[in-house]
Amino acid sequence: MANKAEMMTGADIFINSLLAEGVEHIFGYPGGVVLHIYDSMFKQNKLQHILVRHEQGAIHAADGYARSTGKPGVALVTSGPGMTNAVTGIATAYMDSIPMVVITGQVPTSLIGNDAFQEVDSIGISRPCTKHNFLVKDVKDLAITIKKAFYIATTGRPGPVVIDIPKDITADRTVFDYPETIEIRSYKPISGGDIGYIKQAADLIIEAKRPVIYSGGGIISGNASQYLTELTQLLNYPITQTLMGLGTYPATDRQFIGMLGMHGTYEANMAMHDCDVLIAIGARFDDRITGDLEKFCPYAKIVHMDIDPASISKNVEVDIPVIGSVEHTLQDLTKIIREGCKRPDSDAIDNWWQQIEEWRNTNCLYYDHDSEFIKPQDVLEKLYRLTNGDAFITTDVGQHQMFAAQFYKFDQPRRWITSGGLGTMGFGLPAAMGVQMAHPGETVVCITGEGSIQMCIQELSTCKQFDLPIKIINLNNRYLGMVRQWQELFYDRRYSHTYMEALPDFMKLADSYGHVGIKVEKPIDVEVALKEGLALKDRLVFMDFIIDQGEMVYPMVAAGKGHHEMLSREGDLA
Amino acid sequence: MRHTISILLENEAGALSQVAGLFSARGYNIESLTVAPTEDDSMSRMTIVTRGSDNVIEQITKQLDKLIDVIKLTDLTAGVHIERELVIVKVKIAESESQVKRLVDIFRGRIIDVGDGTYTIEMTGTGDKINAFLKEIGSDLIVEVVRSGVLGIARGGDSLSMY
Repeated sequence: MANKAEMMTGADIFINSLLAEGVEHIFGYPGGVVLHIYDSMFKQNKLQHILVRHEQGAIHAADGYARSTGKPGVALVTSGPGMTNAVTGIATAYMDSIPMVVITGQVPTSLIGNDAFQEVDSIGISRPCTKHNFLVKDVKDLAITIKKAFYIATTGRPGPVVIDIPKDITADRTVFDYPETIEIRSYKPISGGDIGYIKQAADLIIEAKRPVIYSGGGIISGNASQYLTELTQLLNYPITQTLMGLGTYPATDRQFIGMLGMHGTYEANMAMHDCDVLIAIGARFDDRITGDLEKFCPYAKIVHMDIDPASISKNVEVDIPVIGSVEHTLQDLTKIIREGCKRPDSDAIDNWWQQIEEWRNTNCLYYDHDSEFIKPQDVLEKLYRLTNGDAFITTDVGQHQMFAAQFYKFDQPRRWITSGGLGTMGFGLPAAMGVQMAHPGETVVCITGEGSIQMCIQELSTCKQFDLPIKIINLNNRYLGMVRQWQELFYDRRYSHTYMEALPDFMKLADSYGHVGIKVEKPIDVEVALKEGLALKDRLVFMDFIIDQGEMVYPMVAAGKGHHEMLSREGDLA
Repeated sequence: MRHTISILLENEAGALSQVAGLFSARGYNIESLTVAPTEDDSMSRMTIVTRGSDNVIEQITKQLDKLIDVIKLTDLTAGVHIERELVIVKVKIAESESQVKRLVDIFRGRIIDVGDGTYTIEMTGTGDKINAFLKEIGSDLIVEVVRSGVLGIARGGDSLSMY
C-alpha cells in the first residue's frame, strides 16, 4: 500500500484503491479516456486485468466471478460505446442483485455536455439499472467514491454500482489516503429483523398443516444456505426454490421438491397452490414464479423474509413481513422455534408429505429415453453423473437453461450461475470465464444453445489468451427453442424467425480459435463424448450436441394460468 | 388518493433525476414536485404530490427510501399538515380593474407589478384556494400563470430532519 503522504495521479489512486479493496481481477477493455488508468495498470503486477473481446463480456465475466465467490466483480470500460456495450451486463447484474463495481471512463470534464468524441451520458443511461452511480468531478473525491461504491455494492440488497471517471481526473494529482471505513448518512443497510414479527412468524409456521418453504437468490446473497437448511430440516417441511435459489438447499435431499414456477415441478407447484402457510425467504414473487396472481396460493397465510422492504407486498400481499438480512432473521427464527414449547403437528405434516409424494410420483420431468434423437435432458443427466454434481454450471437463456435447472441437482450454493431476472442470452460463456478465473482447476461448464452462444462467441478468443479450460455444452436444435415452444403451443406452429439458418460449423470455429471441438449426433455417443471432453482438463472443449428439434420443456405453467393448471407432455396435469 | 410526500435528500447533482426517474420508470404519476436546499446546504427538501391506491403509495415511499441519496422521507398525508402553494398570475385589466382588485382583496393576494394594461398578482394558499381564485378571474383575463407546486410541512412539533 502506498505511503499516506504521497502525491499520486488519479490513475494510480484508482489502482491503489482497488488493491486496498482486495481486488485481484479486473475485467475490461481499453479506450481513449482510460489510457492513463491502463498505463498505471501496466506498471504494476498485483491487479490482474483480463482483456475481453467485447465490453458486454467484461461485465458478465465480473458477474460470474461475483456469483461464484460472493466477492464483488470489477470491470473497467471506456466511455461512449464502451459504456453502452456494458449496459446489458449491468442490467443483468441489477436484476439479480449481484455485487459489482463498474468503472466507466468519461470524456474530460471540460468537454462533458459538448457531444465530444465517444461521449454518452453514462450516469443518465446507467441510473435505472444500477443500485447507485457516481460521477467523479475532483480527484480529491476519487478514493472515497471508490470506497463508497464497494460499500454500497456489497451491503444490504447487493447490486451493481457505476463510477464514471473523466479522463482529466485520472491525470490530476492529490494525496492518496484510502479510508478504512465509511459512513453514508443517507444509506444504512438493515441487518437484524424485528423480533416481534419473527415471533409471530414462528407461531404461524409451527401451526401450519400444509406448509411450504419457498426460497430464492436472497439466500445466496445473504450467505444463509446453512441456516435455511437447518430450519428446513428442523421443521421437516417441504422446500421449493426459485431459479435463482438453486443450490442453497441440497437438491438431492428428500425434502427438496424441485424448482417452482413456469417450468417448476408438478409437486412444487401443486404444493404452492394447496399450502396453508407459505414461508417465502429471500425471494421476490416474480411473475415467472407466481403465474396468475389471482390464482396464487389461494389458501395460504404468507410469511415473507427479505432484506428489501420494497419487495414486501409488491406483487403479493403478505401477512407477516420480516425485514432484515436472512442470515440474521433465519437464525433468530430457528432459535425461537427450537426453544419454544410448540412443535409442528406431525400427523398433519405426515399427511401433507403423503400428498406431496403422490404428486411427485407423477414423474413430471419424464422424457423419452428411447428416442432416435439426442434428448437434451439425457445430456444433462449424464453430465450431472460424470461431474458428480460438483461442477460450476453457467447457462445462457432458453430451453437449455430450464433443462439445466431441472436436471442438474445442486447441493451447494454459488455453483449455479444463470441470468434469472433479465434473461440475458450471451451471458453463459463470459460468466464462465469469470467463474474459471476465480476457481482455477475446477470444472466449469457453460450450458448453452446455438442461438445464445453466438451472442458472445467472440469470447472464445479471451478463453484462449487466458487458458480458460471451460467446457461448452451446446444443445444445438437449430431453433431458438424457447420461442419456438411458445409458437408451437400458442401461435399454431407458425415458427416465425426461430429457425437458425446458416449456422457456423462449430467444430471449425472452435478449431480456429485454438480450442477442441467435439460433435455428437447419436444418443449412443453422448456419454463417451462427455467423458472425452471433461477429461481434457487444460483445454476449452466445445461440445456440439445435435439434439431433437421438437423437444419441449415440460411441465409448464402457461401465461395467465395458476400453479394447479400445469401442462405436461401428455396434456393437462390437473 | 392524493398524497403529499416530503423528502430530505442529499444536495447532489443527479439526486433529482433519481427521484424523477423512479417515478417515470415505475409508472407513478407526479402532480407536482418542488425542491430547494435547506438551511444546511448539503441537503435539499423536496415535496412531491402524487396519486395512487394505498398499495401504490406504499411502493412509492419504499422505492424512494431505497434511493441512496434519500436521507429521510415522510408521507405528510398520514398526519395533520400544512400545504402552501405560490401562484403568480398576470391578468388583463382593461375593463375589469375594479373586479380584479376586489378579487385580490378577497383572496388576500397582492399586486406586485403593473404594466401595459396588466396587473401581476401574487398569492399563496392551498391548491384549492389558488384554483378558486383563478376560476374567479376567468381564463379570458388571464395572460399567464406560474405556480410553484405544493410545499408541505407537518403541524405541531413533528419535523423531518436529520436528528
